[in-house]
Amino acid sequence: MIHVSATPVLALRGISKRFGAVQALTDVDLEIRSGEVVALVGDNGAGKSTLVKTISGVHPIDEGAIEWEGEAVRINRPNDAQELGVATVYQDLALCDNLDVVANLFLGSELRKASVLDEIGMEKRAKELLDTLSIRIPSVRIPVASLSGGQRQVVAIARALIGDPKVVILDEPTAALGVEQTAQVLDLVERLRERGHGVILISHNMADVRAVADKVAVLRLGRNNGFFDVATTSHEEIISAITGATDNAVTRRQARTATKEDAK
Amino acid sequence: MSDLAKTPETATDNPGAATTEAEPSAAPVPAVDPRLLVREEGFKGYWSEFTRKVRGGELGSLPVLVGLIVIAVVFQLQNSNFLSASSIANVAVYSSGLGIMAVGIVFVLLLGEIDLSVGSVAGVGAAVWAVLNVNHGWNDWSAVLAAVLSGLVLGALHGFFFAKIGVPAFVVTLAGFLGWSGLQEWMMGGEGSINTPSGSIVENLTNYFFEDKGVAYGVALVAVLAYAASLLMDSRRRGAAGLPARPTTEVLLRTGIVAILCFAVAYVLNEPSGARGLPLALVLFLAVLVVADFVARRTTFGRQVFAVGGNPEAARRAGINVDRIRITVFALSGMLGAFGGLFIASLSGGATKSVGGGNTLMLVIAAAVIGGTSLFGGRGKVWSALLGMIVIQSIQQGLNMIGMANAIQYMITGAVLLAAVVIDSVSRRTQKTAGRA
Repeated sequence: MIHVSATPVLALRGISKRFGAVQALTDVDLEIRSGEVVALVGDNGAGKSTLVKTISGVHPIDEGAIEWEGEAVRINRPNDAQELGVATVYQDLALCDNLDVVANLFLGSELRKASVLDEIGMEKRAKELLDTLSIRIPSVRIPVASLSGGQRQVVAIARALIGDPKVVILDEPTAALGVEQTAQVLDLVERLRERGHGVILISHNMADVRAVADKVAVLRLGRNNGFFDVATTSHEEIISAITGATDNAVTRRQARTATKEDAK
Repeated sequence: MSDLAKTPETATDNPGAATTEAEPSAAPVPAVDPRLLVREEGFKGYWSEFTRKVRGGELGSLPVLVGLIVIAVVFQLQNSNFLSASSIANVAVYSSGLGIMAVGIVFVLLLGEIDLSVGSVAGVGAAVWAVLNVNHGWNDWSAVLAAVLSGLVLGALHGFFFAKIGVPAFVVTLAGFLGWSGLQEWMMGGEGSINTPSGSIVENLTNYFFEDKGVAYGVALVAVLAYAASLLMDSRRRGAAGLPARPTTEVLLRTGIVAILCFAVAYVLNEPSGARGLPLALVLFLAVLVVADFVARRTTFGRQVFAVGGNPEAARRAGINVDRIRITVFALSGMLGAFGGLFIASLSGGATKSVGGGNTLMLVIAAAVIGGTSLFGGRGKVWSALLGMIVIQSIQQGLNMIGMANAIQYMITGAVLLAAVVIDSVSRRTQKTAGRA
């Protein structure tokens, strides 16, 4: 990989989050370094989305600490996360279909010249950004509505990069895409890593995870259930961590008998 | 496929190929999808692009222009005075007040909402002006300002209940429609009507004409020059930034069309016998249109209005203060409504209990929709207020001239509104199937 800095750019320590009677997250740890793609995997209801929402400021945490480049920070609102340099691409993309690509890319952070929109400046920067990411779309001046699913996804990801964030969170970026479009998005994820962004990738697709992620963090029932290095871990190990197959009646019995034999 | 881009590279949209064969930086191929439809040079290119857009459901102002031509031909055949100077001046003056109100409605429709209170707010505006100016002796300007501000406050109130409390805009403004017309009647008190003092601002709103012929031609000239200058500057700056710019032929063509329209209107208002010159009302209406169009297309606020109308959740996540935008737009609609109310009062010779009542609301909303602003939010132009209002007022003018009864006029206007909404819905569906919505 490209150089990976020692201090994690973002570190979560002992995060807990409760919704009424539901303990959504319990004592969760997570670290992301620049130039590193961390896949966040887990079954439905494992707490992936909740964890991401605590990072992006949608749900403030109840317990635990968030460290940004080694310093303790609080993230209470989406703006806090944006100011730190966390950009989130949600699963439902959140694009305005009626606006063109340039307008969508700069939505909420428009370039202005004397309080008038600087359309030319925005179009130029949009083209440069899309070129550096090798994103191919028909034109930056057509409404997003007329783009394909994959193109919309890459526009949504490109949009997250306008503020030059340090950490990019991608929520199921390939869920609804075809073969070629998935490849396109995975290429883009690799380019984000090359540019030194830390990437959190939520995915159900193990093939995608193994293709681009450096590390895999598994969540199960709101708790950490293992960190794996993708290069040295088998597919089955990750799957069993997700499904909890490592922690069932069979494995527990094996563990018990093993310790008894050791004791003898 | 004559309108396909003639790019030698035809397989570059394959991302796998792009990364394995050659890094894009190595090949100076523009990142343009070869399937993209690019306009050809020359007149043929315009025509093929035009037919493609129409087939794809992007009708724009086309139905209105066709409608206006039909209206002009039909009524001119019935009554040869339809296209006379006084008739056209009449349409212009009657279009102005309602048209200004329609500009506010265009903004509300861009949000994907509706404002049913605009007629009643106009009535309150007229009443506030009349009571302050005539009964309380306030001077002209401050009474007019107070009237416009009262509209702003009422509109902001609608916006507050809609955005902050979460009551549907339809219901909030329906309550406003009833409540404010009651307020208007209460303010007008026993008399029921207050006549416009002669020589006051409000009287002049619709009764003042610039009789000096130079004014109409001058305004037309300034408009054409400003339009050409903005097009040319835009092209030059885009060219300097290395972006595709409008070809000079297109700039000339557009400027030519605008020039012909502007000078034709100025000529008709100035030259024929009975012509009174440029009406002040039209100047004010055009000024409101130009400012509102600029706000909608070139400012952050306008961009945010479109964004909220297109996808409120996306706008919220992008850090846009959705509530603030909504309240501002409703306040704007109330303000322009009250301003339009002064025009109505001016036309009817004073503020009455019925200013802004009757079919005012329907005509204003119909104008915005007929002009091409979508009821579904996020799509539309400020200029649709002008186009739609001209259609409506021409129909009324024509029907009046051939002596058609009021009852028939309502039915015809209703049918036109229905036709406009049908066109909007069908074109939206066609756009969806053509992958453009």
